[in-house]
Amino acid sequence: MADTPLHSDGNGSASQESESAAPLAAVDVLWLTAGLGCDGDSIAMTAATQPSLEDLVLGQLPGVPLLRLHHPVLAVEVGDDFLTKWHQAARGELDPFILIVEGSIPNEKNKDEGFWAGMGTDPATGQPILTCDWIDRVAPHAWAVVTAGTCSAYGGIHAMEGNPTGCMGLADYLGWDWKSKGGLPIINVPGCPVHPDNFMEVVLYLLNQAAGKAPMIPLDEQLRPTWLFSQTLHEGCDRAGFYEQADFALEYGAPECIVKLGCWGPVVQCNVGKRGWMNGIGGCANVGGICIGCTMPGFPDKFMPFMEEPPGARLSTQAVVMYGRTVRSLRQFTRASMNREPEWRSRTDADPAAGSLASPAESTS
Amino acid sequence: MPSNPPAAPTRLVEMSWDPITRIVGSLGIHTKIDFANRQVAECHSTSSIFRGYSVFMRGKDPRDAHFITSRICGICGDNHATCACYAQNMAFGVRPPRLAEWIINLGEAAEYMFDHNLYQDNLVGVDYCEQIVKETNPGVLVLAENTPAPHGDLHGYKTIADIMRALNPFTGALYREALHMSRLTREMFSLMEGRHVHPSLLYPGGVGTVATVQLFTDYLVRLMKYVEFVKRIVPLHDDLFDFFYQALPGYEAVGQRRVMMGCWGSFNDPEVCDYTYARMAEWGRAMYVTPGIVVDGKLVTTDLVDINLGMRIMLGSSFYQDWQEQEKFVDVDPLGNPVDQRHPWNQTTTPRPQKRNFDDKYTWVMSPRWYDKEQGQNLALDTGGGPLARLWITALAGRVKFGTIEATGTSVKIGLPRTTGLPETEFEWKIPAWSNTIERNRARTYFQAYSAAAALYFVEQALAEVHAGRTRTATEFTVPENAIGCGFHEAVRGVLSHHVVIRDGKIANYHPYPPTCWNASPRDSEGVPGPYEDAVQNTPLFEENNEADFKGIDIMRTVRSFDPCLPCGVHMYLGSGKEIQVRHTPMFGGAPGPTE
Repeated sequence: MADTPLHSDGNGSASQESESAAPLAAVDVLWLTAGLGCDGDSIAMTAATQPSLEDLVLGQLPGVPLLRLHHPVLAVEVGDDFLTKWHQAARGELDPFILIVEGSIPNEKNKDEGFWAGMGTDPATGQPILTCDWIDRVAPHAWAVVTAGTCSAYGGIHAMEGNPTGCMGLADYLGWDWKSKGGLPIINVPGCPVHPDNFMEVVLYLLNQAAGKAPMIPLDEQLRPTWLFSQTLHEGCDRAGFYEQADFALEYGAPECIVKLGCWGPVVQCNVGKRGWMNGIGGCANVGGICIGCTMPGFPDKFMPFMEEPPGARLSTQAVVMYGRTVRSLRQFTRASMNREPEWRSRTDADPAAGSLASPAESTS
Repeated sequence: MPSNPPAAPTRLVEMSWDPITRIVGSLGIHTKIDFANRQVAECHSTSSIFRGYSVFMRGKDPRDAHFITSRICGICGDNHATCACYAQNMAFGVRPPRLAEWIINLGEAAEYMFDHNLYQDNLVGVDYCEQIVKETNPGVLVLAENTPAPHGDLHGYKTIADIMRALNPFTGALYREALHMSRLTREMFSLMEGRHVHPSLLYPGGVGTVATVQLFTDYLVRLMKYVEFVKRIVPLHDDLFDFFYQALPGYEAVGQRRVMMGCWGSFNDPEVCDYTYARMAEWGRAMYVTPGIVVDGKLVTTDLVDINLGMRIMLGSSFYQDWQEQEKFVDVDPLGNPVDQRHPWNQTTTPRPQKRNFDDKYTWVMSPRWYDKEQGQNLALDTGGGPLARLWITALAGRVKFGTIEATGTSVKIGLPRTTGLPETEFEWKIPAWSNTIERNRARTYFQAYSAAAALYFVEQALAEVHAGRTRTATEFTVPENAIGCGFHEAVRGVLSHHVVIRDGKIANYHPYPPTCWNASPRDSEGVPGPYEDAVQNTPLFEENNEADFKGIDIMRTVRSFDPCLPCGVHMYLGSGKEIQVRHTPMFGGAPGPTE
């Protein structure tokens, strides 16, 4: 269970039986957008460049199995034809495949009739096929299950207090100890929306793991990939230097640390400060947007109201004030000193004719 | 209008396309098709997802509104956040600094460029790509192979079929170029608003963006690459769309509706806009895309107060409990005009999940309508997919003149400067003869040029502020105990409004109305079908396939021309239909009027 590349899967149902089998050529990816979401994670995925979607679909990276994407936003097929793959997966005829779930999972048991979320129509009843039913049918056959974004990871914005649908994250629905057919726990890639490159990097990792080229994906207790979510936003934020010097912005649009304006960066596990949003551009706290904790299981309720200094920040910023101000003033002395050239660089002879360097025109003639 | 009466006895076949995915879960199109007369006889549009923003927003801090409502949409979350900030500004009585408005305008312009581009060439484009045309109209593909592209020298594709090949998913050059461009424009967006989809830099009272010379330079160099792209893409799409009229005579009837469109205006002019309700008509008319409503070729209004007061949210086919007897939050607007119980300020959303029944209730979408006082009708306005209404109304109003953009009364002129590979160019979008599938798509391309030209103007204005040392981007404010506010904006695919009521410093009522609610709405309580239903119901079918292998391409093109919230790349129907009726006289002859 610990190390489960596809070909060592104990169920014997994987497409590769041994190390000597042909290398895994392709992996189907079924992407479910019919949770309670906004499809922002799908759109974010199309923004990724490291790798890009077409890098994986067209096989631009050496040795990586081809990604055969079945996604409602990009599929050529529609309606029943689009659902063919889903029915195949539900019957266990698609192997191997990765199931990606986007959007939070509604509680369909909290009402007498009707539905909160569905995809496609059941020909027998004329009613929508529930999103929950799709998960129940398909997830048991998936080699791996990944959540795209905070909604499917932890419930997110749609699970906010007062929501009528009673929706939740996928691990709350399937169980936190749930394991895929490939022996993998649910893999959570939170973010609202998910960071484009974070997500595609996880997909690439899984393609490599499926091909037997990478060990079990390392996850923390909240089932997040550790290399992406171990550090806080603050630790990678390019405004953290201002924090250290207790230099806090008091209005939006200023370049200093924005923790007093409502930024939760010091405690939120997210790498956007370091990575930027796209190709190093944008982000949140690093460019002046307060961190509202959108990668966290407690998002959004535990971070609201957003535009207020986090309670913990009041104490911790007070603690750095003494040190920060002292350091800042001492550094101002040093900086002023270092901003002056050494005195031996100043001209001692005012006569231009005495210069020893030839002009460029002279040197080339 | 496709007004020919059916020539042969009708034989209706039920055919559904579900899911046609849109931004929030699943859009389904359920039709009855008359194959004998090659015409759609009936259409129902369904949505299978409910989330409940209007419910869980209650009781929240009003400052959080834009952070929360951004999450309504994963492709134009920023349009929602912007619209929410407009509503907050009105409710809080705060006016952002000029520079903040230019930055928001630059962000929104980038959003239009990104979204229209991705949608047009990666999603709608597939409807017109070689692979699909071969499957649906092989005769048309043969013709395309032999038809030189009139503007081939500008865009580089010799024949129409070459353009179609370039649109094939992933393998087509234009498909891949569009993906690349959509990233470039998202970088531009991220420069202004932090992150794409759910921006991090928008606030009531302004933006958190640090306004430096570098910021605008970073934006401008990317913009100029896009300008060059747009100069190729406008003639390319003209070639492609004109070809369809030529190849399939009568194609103008596909997706045609009565001209009945709304645009809520975009890009505020910071010199005029102060967000007060009392002056809303004035600053609304100063927007760089004019708000208005056009009915049968006539500009009914450009007054945002009129637009606001005419909004009616109707039920009829939706899974909700009526609020006619519920509390009325707002009796009169700040100008003393009465506000209807069916207005968003007075709406109470209570979901009532139930089985889907096409004779009764079948969708989670409500039916926004606009009450036309003159005609005494509740109009099922559409948005023309966004750009068609925007250009049409801006052209008719003839108010817009800035930078290189000018509205003439019958057209919109858009100038673009010289770029590396192409000379200075002027495009002119002229009001078309029809509100139909092809023209919705064509307008989308022209609006890409409009957005780029507008962005060039905004960059200049923003830089002038920075050069003058006016770099503040936010204004302080306090949240009042009791207030109301509304925001009017254009999401990429059309009209967007947010209405908020604040009581005791908390949100007492909040109702966002995005364009897809208008377009995807079902039959309302007066029996009037929504725009998708209406446009599909009118559609003659040009697909060469017969019943057995019918794919519904003309229907798919029609639905997608509206840019259903999540751009649907889902395309072909391959299932077999079920015959349901032998005798039936469907209602032909144009859009069922609001009185029907």
